[in-house]
Amino acid sequence: MKRKQHHRFSGMLLVEEQQSASLRFFTMSVKLNALNSDSYIDISQYRDQHFKGNRYEQEKLLKQSNTLYVGNLSFYTTEEQVHELFSKSGDVKRIIIGLDKIKKTACGFCFVEYYTRGDAEHAMRFINGTRLDDRIIRTDWDAGFKEGRQFGRGKSGGQVRDEYRQDYDPARGGYGKLAQQHRPTEVRNSF
Amino acid sequence: MSRRRHSDENDGGQAHKRRRTSEPIEIEDRLESLICRVGEKSTSSLESNLEGLAGVLEADLPNYKSKILRILCAVARLLPEKLTVYTTLVGLLNARNYNFGGEFVEAMIRQLKETLKNNLYSEAVYLVRFLSDLVNCHVIAAPSMVAMFENFVSVTQEEDVPQVRSDWFVYVVLSCLPWVGKELYEKKDVEMDRLLSQIEGYLKRRVKTHVPMLQVWTADKPHPQEEYLDCLWAQIQKLKKDRWQERHILRPYIAFDSVLCEALQHNLPPFTPPGHMPDAQYPMPRVIFRVFDYTDAPEGPVMPGSHSVERFVIEENLHCIIKTHWKERKTCAAQLLSYPGKNKIPLNYHIVEVIFGELFQLPSPPHIDVMYTTLLIELCKLQPGSLPQVLAQATEMLYMRLDTMNTTCIDRLINWFSHHLSNFQFRWSWDDWSDCLTVDLEKPKPKFVKEVLEKCMRLSYHQRIVDIVPPTFSALIPADPIFTYKYPDESASSLPGYPMSITVSNAIKNRASNEEILTVLKEVPNPNQEDDDDEGESFNPLKIDVFLQTLLNLAAKSFSHSFSALGKFHEILKTLANSDEGKLHLLKVLYEVWRNHPQMIAVLVDKLIRTQVVDCAAVANWLFSQDMAHEFTRLFIWEILHSTIRKMNKHVQKIQKELEEAKDKLEKQQHKRRDSGDDEDMDKNSEDEEGQLEEQIERLQEKVESAQSEQKNLFLVIFQRFIMLLTEHLVRCETGSVDISTPWYKNGIERLQQIFLMHHATIQQYMGTLENLLFTAELDHHILAVYQQFCALQL
Repeated sequence: MKRKQHHRFSGMLLVEEQQSASLRFFTMSVKLNALNSDSYIDISQYRDQHFKGNRYEQEKLLKQSNTLYVGNLSFYTTEEQVHELFSKSGDVKRIIIGLDKIKKTACGFCFVEYYTRGDAEHAMRFINGTRLDDRIIRTDWDAGFKEGRQFGRGKSGGQVRDEYRQDYDPARGGYGKLAQQHRPTEVRNSF
Repeated sequence: MSRRRHSDENDGGQAHKRRRTSEPIEIEDRLESLICRVGEKSTSSLESNLEGLAGVLEADLPNYKSKILRILCAVARLLPEKLTVYTTLVGLLNARNYNFGGEFVEAMIRQLKETLKNNLYSEAVYLVRFLSDLVNCHVIAAPSMVAMFENFVSVTQEEDVPQVRSDWFVYVVLSCLPWVGKELYEKKDVEMDRLLSQIEGYLKRRVKTHVPMLQVWTADKPHPQEEYLDCLWAQIQKLKKDRWQERHILRPYIAFDSVLCEALQHNLPPFTPPGHMPDAQYPMPRVIFRVFDYTDAPEGPVMPGSHSVERFVIEENLHCIIKTHWKERKTCAAQLLSYPGKNKIPLNYHIVEVIFGELFQLPSPPHIDVMYTTLLIELCKLQPGSLPQVLAQATEMLYMRLDTMNTTCIDRLINWFSHHLSNFQFRWSWDDWSDCLTVDLEKPKPKFVKEVLEKCMRLSYHQRIVDIVPPTFSALIPADPIFTYKYPDESASSLPGYPMSITVSNAIKNRASNEEILTVLKEVPNPNQEDDDDEGESFNPLKIDVFLQTLLNLAAKSFSHSFSALGKFHEILKTLANSDEGKLHLLKVLYEVWRNHPQMIAVLVDKLIRTQVVDCAAVANWLFSQDMAHEFTRLFIWEILHSTIRKMNKHVQKIQKELEEAKDKLEKQQHKRRDSGDDEDMDKNSEDEEGQLEEQIERLQEKVESAQSEQKNLFLVIFQRFIMLLTEHLVRCETGSVDISTPWYKNGIERLQQIFLMHHATIQQYMGTLENLLFTAELDHHILAVYQQFCALQL
């Protein structure tokens, strides 16, 4: 907190390319916290439990990252669709579709890596919380893709959230895995 | 470490952290918060909030004066939509503490000088407007404000300065008059009349060559798109005729008149506008975007006329709100919808018009395109009963005027509309647009629908598009994006490349190395040569065709598969494409196999450039080649071209940055050595390091020059090709006595314009070469006009 204060009062501020002149040379007035809210790019509460390193290191990476985790995708959403949508905030470097660990089929999440942080920030501001394949998708900062992180961590092979949910979601395999154990016949009739 | 934090639930991002202590820094933050929040929704009236805040600040002046000065200066600069709230606050403070008022005015003048020095012209406008409204609050004496305006207008007498410079000073004066015109006329009508007459003279002699390049429509009906200064002048003229009666602006200071008129006023110090500097970047001229008028809002309040000053003030304020809050769409939407005085105006119409105005602004929107899409979605969420209808009405009107809409703006409309629809299950009354089915498919309306459906497909899938449009629209449905393989089975066995395609396919499936495959490919006969080429290194189109077709066929499943294939066989591709003809043919084959999937073509071309298999000029030459002529009006072609230019530009910038960093490092090293004293060992190490840095700098210098040369060449290639194609068309029409204005020509000439507009900053560097080599007087005047309009922008 103190560190941030020093930056603010010294008049030297980190800014984006486009609006950089706007605040660079100001010694007379201050950057107003109340006005410069940019909360859509803040890191969330989520921390990857499998991350190799401590919390501080993970947070440092999240704050510099160019990679986003994208969740609540339909199992049928393709890399092409993700590319089209996320290209609206900048040039996409790479997309990695999340896979069921056992079946190796798409299981409803992916990673989108941009060439620059600024483009990723635009995605957090303007693509997070909008629709892809008619579903509201959610984006969050990711510390960076590592081999193995493209697999679901649920017991059944998909994402953890699909293990325990009680609702019926045809785009994500129907009922949650736990709930499916109680309704075997209905799963077959789901389409 | 506890996972729980004290901050509020983050539901899409606008949490506020609670504080626990009250150090001085906390008090300053609180002051900031109090000042920034005054004027927002509150249980008390604005007047009582202002009164209360003035009291608090007056009490804090002894301890926090400089902080309060800084905050007030900042809100003047950064919250122009709340101008009158803050001028009233300053007025109240001045009435209570004359010295503070004086110090504030001085601080504002210093800030104004700094903004002008740093090319922050829009913020400078807000500062001057703030000062002028302080006249209404009895903080600044009217005659001294008039004197400042006189100094500004005298800039129009300067010689040999860019027109955009004098434009700006005139704009500042005119744009203050809605707020302070009445007061200034009451005190100094003779001087004001003289001022306005000087401005009128200037406006009459201004050059307006740049205007056509900035207009969204080429037609004047139903609404002429006026140049921004002409529009503002007309608005001020009307205001003057109405004897400066202005009723829209919220003026809290009126309620405090009895207090404020007792205050002593300050005189503005004489302010000489800073002289013109060569590196000054004045704001670009604009055209005022209008799509609605008083006939369009069916019920409720009437829309103020295009030349009413209310229209100016409303639009200004809405633009300011977007500028302040664009990063936070929920806040932005909420702020737009809670515009003060909204019950007297058709606010939804103004909001939609202002947003589209920014989205279609030429050369480019103030903010990234996708922001506007998301903002409109947010607005629809907050006003589900009224805003979507206005948006649909606007979309309908834009569709109806497509025939005369600028191609660049149509591109943006296509991207906005398809993205918007994808958030609303693609629901649209397509039948309302069935008129587009009765005309030539190259005309703007059917073309627009076709491109929209293609983009919708990219965000979903082919069958979805088939399902959402009426069967009558089948001609406009995009092709199913499938791979077209030349060598699929025995039916292709008569083709010369067929046997080799099987061999190569098997080799790849059996994980043969690059060398092994190259050896295999040596056997491919070269249709261009009669003798055997021992090395097999020269350009062999059949070799390229067989390899690339086979490879891409095996990798056709997804983007990732194809990228992986290009990466794995990078060596082979580089070898095959080691000549200009090779590169061109590679791109040709790529197009042939993926011609139904333009999105795939674009991403593969991108990869081929980034991995240096093809260069930017090769891509440009390919796009303009005869083989691609039938696709010349399709959007994906231009997306590829602009993406290619951007990559080139980023590449140059990257190396320039590396050079700057190396130079900085050297300078630091030299300083260190100078300051370090007489340590011999240190000296020698330093010298070595410096030597290395100097070498590095030399290498980077060469790299920069080489990159810039490549960049210049790219633009030359592009412009040359445009000139050739367009001239051919113009000559053909002239000799055949046919009208030049075909849909193809409109697209072509506006795409040329688009190159200038989208990359103006880079092109500026090469103006000399362009003028000497390409845009000479011998050129057809239609083409030369585009170049002249670009020069007239004086960017």
